[in-house]
Amino acid sequence: MNAPFFKFDYFNSDVSLIIAFVIGIAFGIALEKGGFGRATILASQFYFTNMRVLKVMFTAIVTAMLGLYFLSVIGFVDLSLVYLTQTNLLPMAVGGFIAGLGFIIGGYCPGTSMVALATGKLDAMIFVGGMIFGILVFGEMFPGIEEFFNSGFMGTVTLPSYFNLSYGLVVFLVVLMAIGAFTAAEWGEKKMAAKTGKEVL
Amino acid sequence: MTSITKTITKALEKEDGHVHEHHEPKSYSNPYLVGIGLGLVLLAAFVIMGRGLGASGALSTIVAVAVNTIAPEHSTGNNFYSEYIGDGSTNPLMDWLIFQTLGVLAGGFLSGTISHRVFKGVEKGPRISTRMRFVYAFIGGGLLGYGAKLARGCMSGQALSGGAVLNLGSWVFMMMVFAGGYAAAYFMRRQWT
Repeated sequence: MNAPFFKFDYFNSDVSLIIAFVIGIAFGIALEKGGFGRATILASQFYFTNMRVLKVMFTAIVTAMLGLYFLSVIGFVDLSLVYLTQTNLLPMAVGGFIAGLGFIIGGYCPGTSMVALATGKLDAMIFVGGMIFGILVFGEMFPGIEEFFNSGFMGTVTLPSYFNLSYGLVVFLVVLMAIGAFTAAEWGEKKMAAKTGKEVL
Repeated sequence: MTSITKTITKALEKEDGHVHEHHEPKSYSNPYLVGIGLGLVLLAAFVIMGRGLGASGALSTIVAVAVNTIAPEHSTGNNFYSEYIGDGSTNPLMDWLIFQTLGVLAGGFLSGTISHRVFKGVEKGPRISTRMRFVYAFIGGGLLGYGAKLARGCMSGQALSGGAVLNLGSWVFMMMVFAGGYAAAYFMRRQWT
Protein backbone atom coordinates (compact mmCIF):
# COMPACT_ATOMS: atom_id res chain seq x y z
CA MET A 1 0.00 0.00 0.00
CA ASN A 2 1.48 3.34 -0.99
CA ALA A 3 -1.40 5.35 -2.33
CA PRO A 4 -3.14 7.80 -1.92
CA PHE A 5 0.30 9.45 -1.86
CA PHE A 6 -0.82 12.47 0.19
CA LYS A 7 -2.07 10.20 2.99
CA PHE A 8 1.38 8.65 3.20
CA ASP A 9 3.05 12.07 3.59
CA TYR A 10 4.90 11.89 0.28
CA PHE A 11 4.52 15.68 0.06
CA ASN A 12 3.23 18.54 2.22
CA SER A 13 0.06 20.62 1.83
CA ASP A 14 1.89 23.46 0.02
CA VAL A 15 2.86 21.01 -2.72
CA SER A 16 -0.73 19.71 -2.72
CA LEU A 17 -1.88 23.17 -3.87
CA ILE A 18 0.37 22.98 -6.93
CA ILE A 19 -1.01 19.49 -7.62
CA ALA A 20 -4.54 20.90 -7.21
CA PHE A 21 -3.79 23.53 -9.84
CA VAL A 22 -2.35 20.98 -12.30
CA ILE A 23 -5.24 18.55 -11.80
CA GLY A 24 -7.63 21.50 -12.23
CA ILE A 25 -6.02 22.36 -15.57
CA ALA A 26 -6.55 18.79 -16.80
CA PHE A 27 -10.14 18.88 -15.50
CA GLY A 28 -10.77 22.17 -17.33
CA ILE A 29 -9.30 20.86 -20.59
CA ALA A 30 -11.48 17.73 -20.43
CA LEU A 31 -14.65 19.74 -19.77
CA GLU A 32 -13.89 22.20 -22.59
CA LYS A 33 -13.04 19.44 -25.08
CA GLY A 34 -16.31 17.71 -24.21
CA GLY A 35 -18.29 20.82 -25.17
CA PHE A 36 -19.30 21.44 -21.54
CA GLY A 37 -18.43 25.13 -21.75
CA ARG A 38 -21.65 25.65 -23.69
CA ALA A 39 -25.04 25.78 -22.01
CA THR A 40 -26.86 24.89 -25.24
CA ILE A 41 -25.00 21.56 -25.40
CA LEU A 42 -25.49 20.84 -21.68
CA ALA A 43 -29.21 21.66 -21.81
CA SER A 44 -29.83 19.47 -24.89
CA GLN A 45 -29.30 16.47 -22.58
CA PHE A 46 -32.76 17.25 -21.17
CA TYR A 47 -34.40 17.37 -24.61
CA PHE A 48 -32.85 14.04 -25.68
CA THR A 49 -31.22 15.73 -28.69
CA ASN A 50 -27.61 15.41 -27.48
CA MET A 51 -26.70 12.98 -24.70
CA ARG A 52 -23.10 14.19 -24.25
CA VAL A 53 -23.62 14.92 -20.54
CA LEU A 54 -24.65 11.36 -19.81
CA LYS A 55 -21.98 9.81 -22.07
CA VAL A 56 -19.06 11.83 -20.71
CA MET A 57 -20.17 11.57 -17.11
CA PHE A 58 -20.84 7.83 -17.05
CA THR A 59 -17.68 7.05 -19.04
CA ALA A 60 -15.67 9.11 -16.54
CA ILE A 61 -17.33 7.43 -13.55
CA VAL A 62 -16.75 3.95 -15.02
CA THR A 63 -13.11 4.74 -15.91
CA ALA A 64 -12.23 6.11 -12.47
CA MET A 65 -14.23 3.37 -10.72
CA LEU A 66 -12.53 0.55 -12.64
CA GLY A 67 -9.10 2.13 -12.19
CA LEU A 68 -9.55 2.58 -8.48
CA TYR A 69 -10.97 -0.91 -8.06
CA PHE A 70 -8.10 -2.47 -9.99
CA LEU A 71 -5.47 -0.49 -8.05
CA SER A 72 -7.06 -1.52 -4.75
CA VAL A 73 -7.24 -5.20 -5.74
CA ILE A 74 -3.52 -5.29 -6.56
CA GLY A 75 -2.87 -3.55 -3.23
CA PHE A 76 -1.59 -0.25 -4.59
CA VAL A 77 -4.36 2.02 -3.27
CA ASP A 78 -5.86 1.76 0.19
CA LEU A 79 -9.54 2.41 -0.56
CA SER A 80 -10.28 3.15 3.10
CA LEU A 81 -8.09 6.26 2.83
CA VAL A 82 -10.02 7.67 -0.14
CA TYR A 83 -12.41 10.36 1.04
CA LEU A 84 -16.13 9.57 1.14
CA THR A 85 -18.71 12.29 1.76
CA GLN A 86 -21.08 11.35 4.56
CA THR A 87 -24.61 10.50 3.48
CA ASN A 88 -27.57 12.53 4.72
CA LEU A 89 -30.22 10.98 2.54
CA LEU A 90 -33.09 13.49 2.47
CA PRO A 91 -31.04 16.72 2.32
CA MET A 92 -28.95 15.20 -0.48
CA ALA A 93 -32.04 14.14 -2.43
CA VAL A 94 -33.70 17.57 -2.00
CA GLY A 95 -30.43 19.37 -2.75
CA GLY A 96 -29.95 17.23 -5.85
CA PHE A 97 -33.44 18.06 -7.12
CA ILE A 98 -32.89 21.80 -6.54
CA ALA A 99 -29.51 21.55 -8.27
CA GLY A 100 -31.19 19.77 -11.22
CA LEU A 101 -33.71 22.63 -11.52
CA GLY A 102 -30.81 25.08 -11.38
CA PHE A 103 -29.00 23.12 -14.09
CA ILE A 104 -31.82 23.34 -16.67
CA ILE A 105 -32.85 26.89 -15.71
CA GLY A 106 -29.33 28.29 -15.51
CA GLY A 107 -27.73 26.12 -18.19
CA TYR A 108 -24.60 25.16 -16.26
CA CYS A 109 -23.36 23.36 -13.18
CA PRO A 110 -20.60 24.89 -11.01
CA GLY A 111 -17.63 23.25 -12.79
CA THR A 112 -18.91 23.79 -16.34
CA SER A 113 -19.76 27.44 -15.60
CA MET A 114 -16.06 28.04 -14.83
CA VAL A 115 -15.08 26.67 -18.25
CA ALA A 116 -17.82 28.71 -19.95
CA LEU A 117 -16.62 31.81 -18.09
CA ALA A 118 -13.03 31.14 -19.19
CA THR A 119 -14.13 30.84 -22.83
CA GLY A 120 -16.03 34.14 -22.87
CA LYS A 121 -19.66 33.24 -22.19
CA LEU A 122 -21.43 36.20 -20.60
CA ASP A 123 -24.39 34.13 -19.34
CA ALA A 124 -21.89 32.01 -17.39
CA MET A 125 -20.64 35.14 -15.66
CA ILE A 126 -24.21 35.94 -14.56
CA PHE A 127 -24.68 32.28 -13.54
CA VAL A 128 -21.59 32.41 -11.29
CA GLY A 129 -22.99 35.62 -9.74
CA GLY A 130 -26.23 33.72 -9.10
CA MET A 131 -24.32 30.85 -7.47
CA ILE A 132 -22.53 33.24 -5.12
CA PHE A 133 -25.91 34.74 -4.22
CA GLY A 134 -27.43 31.26 -3.67
CA ILE A 135 -24.55 30.22 -1.40
CA LEU A 136 -24.89 33.47 0.56
CA VAL A 137 -28.65 32.87 0.98
CA PHE A 138 -27.89 29.32 2.15
CA GLY A 139 -25.30 30.63 4.62
CA GLU A 140 -27.67 33.26 6.00
CA MET A 141 -30.47 30.70 6.35
CA PHE A 142 -28.14 28.07 7.82
CA PRO A 143 -29.01 28.48 11.53
CA GLY A 144 -32.66 27.85 10.60
CA ILE A 145 -32.07 24.85 8.33
CA GLU A 146 -29.14 23.29 10.18
CA GLU A 147 -31.36 20.62 11.68
CA PHE A 148 -32.64 19.55 8.25
CA PHE A 149 -29.10 19.76 6.78
CA ASN A 150 -27.90 17.21 9.36
CA SER A 151 -31.00 14.99 9.20
CA GLY A 152 -31.06 11.50 7.70
CA PHE A 153 -27.46 10.89 8.77
CA MET A 154 -26.19 7.48 7.70
CA GLY A 155 -22.44 7.97 8.12
CA THR A 156 -20.15 7.07 5.22
CA VAL A 157 -22.05 4.42 3.35
CA THR A 158 -21.37 2.94 -0.10
CA LEU A 159 -23.66 1.06 -2.47
CA PRO A 160 -21.88 -2.27 -1.71
CA SER A 161 -22.22 -1.83 2.06
CA TYR A 162 -25.83 -0.60 1.87
CA PHE A 163 -27.06 -3.41 -0.38
CA ASN A 164 -24.73 -5.94 1.23
CA LEU A 165 -23.11 -6.87 -2.09
CA SER A 166 -19.43 -7.34 -2.85
CA TYR A 167 -17.54 -4.30 -4.18
CA GLY A 168 -16.62 -6.14 -7.37
CA LEU A 169 -20.23 -7.09 -8.10
CA VAL A 170 -21.42 -3.47 -7.76
CA VAL A 171 -18.57 -2.35 -10.05
CA PHE A 172 -19.76 -4.91 -12.60
CA LEU A 173 -23.40 -3.80 -12.27
CA VAL A 174 -22.45 -0.14 -12.77
CA VAL A 175 -20.52 -1.08 -15.93
CA LEU A 176 -23.59 -2.98 -17.21
CA MET A 177 -25.84 -0.02 -16.39
CA ALA A 178 -23.50 2.36 -18.20
CA ILE A 179 -23.42 0.18 -21.33
CA GLY A 180 -27.22 0.05 -21.24
CA ALA A 181 -27.39 3.84 -20.85
CA PHE A 182 -24.96 4.40 -23.75
CA THR A 183 -26.93 2.10 -26.03
CA ALA A 184 -30.17 3.89 -25.13
CA ALA A 185 -28.50 7.29 -25.62
CA GLU A 186 -27.19 6.41 -29.11
CA TRP A 187 -30.56 5.03 -30.12
CA GLY A 188 -32.42 8.06 -28.71
CA GLU A 189 -30.14 10.56 -30.44
CA LYS A 190 -30.69 8.89 -33.82
CA LYS A 191 -34.45 8.93 -33.26
CA MET A 192 -34.41 12.61 -32.30
CA ALA A 193 -32.13 13.51 -35.20
CA ALA A 194 -34.55 11.83 -37.61
CA LYS A 195 -37.43 13.74 -36.02
CA THR A 196 -35.86 17.20 -35.91
CA GLY A 197 -33.62 16.84 -38.95
CA LYS A 198 -30.69 18.31 -37.02
CA GLU A 199 -27.24 16.82 -36.69
CA VAL A 200 -25.88 16.03 -33.25
CA LEU A 201 -23.04 18.39 -32.30
CA MET B 1 -31.79 16.36 -51.71
CA THR B 2 -30.75 17.36 -48.21
CA SER B 3 -27.66 15.17 -48.33
CA ILE B 4 -26.62 16.79 -51.62
CA THR B 5 -27.07 20.26 -50.08
CA LYS B 6 -25.06 19.16 -47.08
CA THR B 7 -22.20 17.87 -49.24
CA ILE B 8 -22.13 21.08 -51.22
CA THR B 9 -22.20 23.22 -48.08
CA LYS B 10 -19.38 21.18 -46.55
CA ALA B 11 -17.29 21.46 -49.71
CA LEU B 12 -17.84 25.21 -49.79
CA GLU B 13 -16.90 25.49 -46.13
CA LYS B 14 -13.68 23.61 -46.74
CA GLU B 15 -12.75 25.89 -49.60
CA ASP B 16 -13.64 28.88 -47.50
CA GLY B 17 -11.23 27.67 -44.85
CA HIS B 18 -8.40 27.58 -47.34
CA VAL B 19 -8.99 31.05 -48.66
CA HIS B 20 -9.23 32.91 -45.35
CA GLU B 21 -6.75 33.16 -42.50
CA HIS B 22 -9.68 33.11 -40.08
CA HIS B 23 -9.81 29.89 -38.01
CA GLU B 24 -13.10 28.08 -37.62
CA PRO B 25 -13.73 26.66 -34.14
CA LYS B 26 -12.86 22.95 -34.11
CA SER B 27 -15.66 20.50 -33.35
CA TYR B 28 -15.85 18.94 -29.90
CA SER B 29 -14.13 15.65 -29.16
CA ASN B 30 -15.73 12.22 -29.02
CA PRO B 31 -17.71 12.11 -25.73
CA TYR B 32 -16.48 8.62 -24.80
CA LEU B 33 -12.84 9.65 -25.27
CA VAL B 34 -13.42 12.80 -23.23
CA GLY B 35 -15.09 10.65 -20.59
CA ILE B 36 -12.05 8.36 -20.39
CA GLY B 37 -9.78 11.42 -20.12
CA LEU B 38 -11.93 12.95 -17.40
CA GLY B 39 -12.05 9.60 -15.60
CA LEU B 40 -8.24 9.38 -15.65
CA VAL B 41 -7.99 12.92 -14.20
CA LEU B 42 -10.39 11.89 -11.45
CA LEU B 43 -8.43 8.68 -10.86
CA ALA B 44 -5.22 10.74 -10.58
CA ALA B 45 -6.88 12.92 -7.92
CA PHE B 46 -7.88 9.79 -5.96
CA VAL B 47 -4.47 8.16 -6.23
CA ILE B 48 -2.37 11.27 -5.52
CA MET B 49 -4.59 13.08 -3.01
CA GLY B 50 -7.13 10.52 -1.80
CA ARG B 51 -9.95 12.86 -2.79
CA GLY B 52 -12.00 13.63 -5.88
CA LEU B 53 -12.71 16.78 -7.87
CA GLY B 54 -14.91 19.69 -6.85
CA ALA B 55 -16.25 23.04 -7.96
CA SER B 56 -18.83 24.59 -5.63
CA GLY B 57 -16.52 24.37 -2.59
CA ALA B 58 -14.22 27.11 -3.88
CA LEU B 59 -17.09 29.59 -4.18
CA SER B 60 -18.31 28.65 -0.67
CA THR B 61 -14.89 29.47 0.77
CA ILE B 62 -14.85 32.82 -1.05
CA VAL B 63 -18.36 33.68 0.22
CA ALA B 64 -17.45 32.66 3.79
CA VAL B 65 -14.23 34.70 3.72
CA ALA B 66 -16.09 37.73 2.31
CA VAL B 67 -18.76 37.53 5.03
CA ASN B 68 -16.06 37.06 7.66
CA THR B 69 -14.18 40.13 6.43
CA ILE B 70 -17.27 42.36 6.40
CA ALA B 71 -18.95 41.07 9.58
CA PRO B 72 -16.62 38.79 11.63
CA GLU B 73 -18.96 38.54 14.63
CA HIS B 74 -21.77 37.49 12.27
CA SER B 75 -19.84 34.62 10.64
CA THR B 76 -18.28 33.10 13.76
CA GLY B 77 -21.70 32.27 15.21
CA ASN B 78 -22.68 30.48 12.00
CA ASN B 79 -21.56 26.85 11.63
CA PHE B 80 -21.71 27.00 7.82
CA TYR B 81 -19.31 29.95 7.48
CA SER B 82 -17.02 28.90 10.31
CA GLU B 83 -16.44 25.47 8.76
CA TYR B 84 -15.00 27.13 5.64
CA ILE B 85 -13.04 29.73 7.60
CA GLY B 86 -11.43 27.27 10.00
CA ASP B 87 -9.89 28.03 13.37
CA GLY B 88 -7.64 30.83 12.15
CA SER B 89 -4.43 28.77 12.18
CA THR B 90 -4.39 28.55 8.38
CA ASN B 91 -5.42 30.92 5.59
CA PRO B 92 -8.79 29.62 4.30
CA LEU B 93 -7.97 30.83 0.78
CA MET B 94 -4.93 28.54 0.60
CA ASP B 95 -7.35 25.77 -0.11
CA TRP B 96 -7.20 22.70 -2.38
CA LEU B 97 -10.50 23.42 -4.14
CA ILE B 98 -9.63 27.07 -4.76
CA PHE B 99 -6.40 26.12 -6.51
CA GLN B 100 -8.12 23.31 -8.38
CA THR B 101 -10.82 25.74 -9.58
CA LEU B 102 -8.17 28.26 -10.70
CA GLY B 103 -6.73 25.36 -12.69
CA VAL B 104 -10.14 24.68 -14.29
CA LEU B 105 -10.33 28.31 -15.42
CA ALA B 106 -6.80 28.10 -16.84
CA GLY B 107 -7.35 24.69 -18.47
CA GLY B 108 -10.67 25.74 -20.01
CA PHE B 109 -9.10 28.88 -21.45
CA LEU B 110 -6.07 26.97 -22.73
CA SER B 111 -8.11 24.25 -24.44
CA GLY B 112 -10.57 26.78 -25.85
CA THR B 113 -7.76 28.94 -27.24
CA ILE B 114 -6.03 26.01 -28.95
CA SER B 115 -9.30 24.96 -30.62
CA HIS B 116 -10.37 28.54 -31.50
CA ARG B 117 -13.40 28.34 -29.27
CA VAL B 118 -12.84 31.38 -27.04
CA PHE B 119 -15.18 34.19 -28.04
CA LYS B 120 -17.55 36.56 -26.29
CA GLY B 121 -21.08 35.26 -26.55
CA VAL B 122 -24.33 34.27 -24.88
CA GLU B 123 -25.50 30.65 -24.84
CA LYS B 124 -29.22 30.44 -25.59
CA GLY B 125 -31.79 29.12 -28.01
CA PRO B 126 -33.24 31.28 -30.82
CA ARG B 127 -36.58 31.96 -29.12
CA ILE B 128 -35.42 33.92 -26.07
CA SER B 129 -33.94 37.40 -25.56
CA THR B 130 -30.48 37.87 -24.10
CA ARG B 131 -32.02 39.78 -21.23
CA MET B 132 -34.33 36.89 -20.25
CA ARG B 133 -31.42 34.47 -20.67
CA PHE B 134 -29.47 36.48 -18.10
CA VAL B 135 -32.44 36.42 -15.69
CA TYR B 136 -32.67 32.64 -15.99
CA ALA B 137 -28.89 32.28 -15.65
CA PHE B 138 -28.99 34.17 -12.36
CA ILE B 139 -32.00 32.22 -11.00
CA GLY B 140 -30.48 28.90 -12.07
CA GLY B 141 -27.12 29.80 -10.59
CA GLY B 142 -28.84 30.72 -7.32
CA LEU B 143 -30.71 27.40 -7.20
CA LEU B 144 -27.54 25.47 -8.00
CA GLY B 145 -25.54 27.28 -5.33
CA TYR B 146 -28.24 26.61 -2.75
CA GLY B 147 -28.92 23.01 -3.81
CA ALA B 148 -25.23 22.08 -3.95
CA LYS B 149 -24.67 23.37 -0.40
CA LEU B 150 -27.70 21.50 0.90
CA ALA B 151 -26.42 18.32 -0.79
CA ARG B 152 -22.81 18.77 0.45
CA GLY B 153 -21.48 19.01 -3.10
CA CYS B 154 -22.29 19.52 -6.77
CA MET B 155 -22.05 17.53 -10.01
CA SER B 156 -18.25 17.36 -9.64
CA GLY B 157 -17.91 16.60 -5.93
CA GLN B 158 -20.96 14.40 -5.53
CA ALA B 159 -22.15 12.95 -8.84
CA LEU B 160 -18.75 12.45 -10.50
CA SER B 161 -16.33 11.88 -7.61
CA GLY B 162 -18.78 10.26 -5.19
CA GLY B 163 -20.26 8.25 -8.05
CA ALA B 164 -16.88 6.69 -8.88
CA VAL B 165 -16.30 5.58 -5.27
CA LEU B 166 -19.85 4.17 -5.15
CA ASN B 167 -20.98 6.55 -2.42
CA LEU B 168 -24.69 5.96 -1.70
CA GLY B 169 -25.63 9.61 -1.15
CA SER B 170 -23.79 10.66 -4.31
CA TRP B 171 -25.81 8.26 -6.45
CA VAL B 172 -29.05 9.50 -4.88
CA PHE B 173 -27.89 13.07 -5.60
CA MET B 174 -27.09 12.20 -9.23
CA MET B 175 -30.47 10.59 -9.87
CA MET B 176 -32.23 13.57 -8.31
CA VAL B 177 -30.26 16.03 -10.48
CA PHE B 178 -31.49 14.25 -13.60
CA ALA B 179 -35.02 14.12 -12.11
CA GLY B 180 -34.98 17.89 -11.42
CA GLY B 181 -33.59 18.66 -14.87
CA TYR B 182 -36.13 16.56 -16.73
CA ALA B 183 -38.98 17.79 -14.51
CA ALA B 184 -38.37 21.43 -15.45
CA ALA B 185 -37.15 20.91 -19.04
CA TYR B 186 -40.62 21.32 -20.54
CA PHE B 187 -41.08 24.73 -18.90
CA MET B 188 -37.65 25.86 -20.05
CA ARG B 189 -38.04 24.78 -23.69
CA ARG B 190 -38.32 28.36 -24.97
CA GLN B 191 -34.90 29.09 -23.55
CA TRP B 192 -33.09 26.21 -25.24
CA THR B 193 -35.01 24.97 -28.28
